[in-house]
Amino acid sequence: MSQPVISARQLTKTYGDFTAVAGIDFEVAPGESFGLLGPNGAGKSTTMRMVGAVSTRTSGELNILGLDPNDHGPDIRSQLGVVPQQDNLDQELRVRDNLLVYGRYFGLPRRLVAERADALLEFAQLTDRKKAKVDDLSGGMKRRLTIARALINEPRILLLDEPTTGLDPQARHILWDRLFRLKEQGTTLVLTTHYMDEAEQLCDRLVVVDKGSIMAEGSPASLIREYSSREVLEVRFGSDKNAEAAERMAGVGDRLEVLPDRILVYSENGEAALERITSLGLEPITSLVRRSSLEDVFLRLTGRSLIE
Amino acid sequence: MTTTTVRDDTARALAGGEAPRRWGAWYIAEHRIRAMKGYAGDALFQSFGNPLIYLFALGVGLASLVPQGVGDVSYLQFVAPALMATAAMTVTANETSYPIMMGFKWNPIFYGMNASPITGGQIVSGMMIHIALRAFVTVAIYFGIIVLFGAVPSALGWLSIGTATLTGMAIGVLISTYTSTIEEDRGQMAMLQRFGIMPLFLFSGTFFPLEQLPVWLQPIGWISPLWHGTEIGRVLTYGAAEPLWLTVTHVGYLATLFIVGLWATRKHFVRRLNK
Ligand SMILES: Nc1ncnc2c1ncn2[C@@H]1O[C@H](COP(=O)(O)OP(=O)(O)O)[C@@H](O)[C@H]1O
Ligand SMILES: [Mg+2]
Repeated sequence: MSQPVISARQLTKTYGDFTAVAGIDFEVAPGESFGLLGPNGAGKSTTMRMVGAVSTRTSGELNILGLDPNDHGPDIRSQLGVVPQQDNLDQELRVRDNLLVYGRYFGLPRRLVAERADALLEFAQLTDRKKAKVDDLSGGMKRRLTIARALINEPRILLLDEPTTGLDPQARHILWDRLFRLKEQGTTLVLTTHYMDEAEQLCDRLVVVDKGSIMAEGSPASLIREYSSREVLEVRFGSDKNAEAAERMAGVGDRLEVLPDRILVYSENGEAALERITSLGLEPITSLVRRSSLEDVFLRLTGRSLIE
Repeated sequence: MTTTTVRDDTARALAGGEAPRRWGAWYIAEHRIRAMKGYAGDALFQSFGNPLIYLFALGVGLASLVPQGVGDVSYLQFVAPALMATAAMTVTANETSYPIMMGFKWNPIFYGMNASPITGGQIVSGMMIHIALRAFVTVAIYFGIIVLFGAVPSALGWLSIGTATLTGMAIGVLISTYTSTIEEDRGQMAMLQRFGIMPLFLFSGTFFPLEQLPVWLQPIGWISPLWHGTEIGRVLTYGAAEPLWLTVTHVGYLATLFIVGLWATRKHFVRRLNK
């Protein structure tokens, strides 16, 4: 691996008695697409704010582009693009003006900012909305504008905190497509999400975080291989009968996970597991065989679901 | 793919931070001036309309009840510098109340600015540059109008444009020191208006000399930045008699408030933005 652009050692953030980030270690290589996957409250945004050189760490080490954010906040931030969890576009400005003023924050000449703004509006598919008020944009458009704004300084690292939370499926896919392009161009992406499909789509490598700690690290495929089986069989017997059925199913598959509404059977071969269940005289109301996902990894690691 | 090394990135970062470090506050001011496009009409009306209305109502209407004037000057001459300082206060009080709260909450632009190379302190300075500019323009227009009304006999009168702006800014940074800490809107702005701005307006020797208030109310005037600003205005526009040390005290008081308020607001911004 080439020298990392971000490296964190025992990175910790506490608020009073509460520990939001509890000594995490990770590195991000140039050009890599790195993710933090975890449920609400895991400490993802807090981590992102420390990496974004706006929140001062309580302890541990942090190095961004070879610099310590405690001493070089503005320098580091000059090379970052930041898409925060909450959009903070200026609603008093029109779409294009948002890019113009933001570009100036980096000390870029007006003409250069104007050129880049037009190119980025094209990239964000917002050219025909450039004179619109920010308030009149849809959620997906606002998100794309925020991404365009984050790119105005041609950042070395793009930080995306839950880029598609709250968007409808179509808007999410448009956004993923844009992020893919950036990834292809070699932009280093660091993103947080609590959507396992987003993590699978966009991340080369990720850490699973829960309660401020890293539970596991690896590529989506390797995490699934390590912490789950190839396939998952989901069976439902009706909420009052699941527990009883689960007892009789002991030994089927590699592992069982009993959820309030269904039972998950982890197995290399889901169909075979289903046959064994029926041969035991059990008749599920519904059954479904699917591939394992990061959701299953999370469930295995924490005993909880990603989205409560 | 990636051809640069981390060392190149470090050098790029150190270079990239240079201009924002030096000019950051001006970039923020530029942003705020651009945002004025949205309310330029209102701002202009405030600058032109309010003074005209006030001058007619007070300087012409109320003045007819005080035909002997105040001291050696006409009532119009007496109130004009006070109204000028008040106009500056109105602009700065407006700009440092809701816009500051909004910038953290409903239109959280400060967080966006803070994610760029710009620092919390620079955000405050930039906001204040813009506000001072607005106050200055308003006061300058006001001054032009009172000159036309014949209320500025002194040749040094134009200096009051600067002192009225300083008065507004001294009050503005005190307000922003408070508003930058507000997390929830529980009607604090209305309270500020009712128990802060209004009493200042009424008890700062605006409409009648402070000495006419009962002795126990006069200290309100002494601590009121508006009174200090109004008194300097009177010295400058019509040469009101006042010992030099007192005039110097007025300016010193306002400058001190401004420096302390600016420092405190910057501190609050940095703390809140970098939690
Ligand atoms: N400024 C703050 N003061 C106190 N607690 C905070 C603050 N910011 C975040 N937290 C707490 O830290 C924990 C992690 O928050 P966050 O990093 O936003 O999680 P995530 O982004 O993974 O949802 C949460 O329990 C949150 O309430
Ligand atoms: Mg978050």
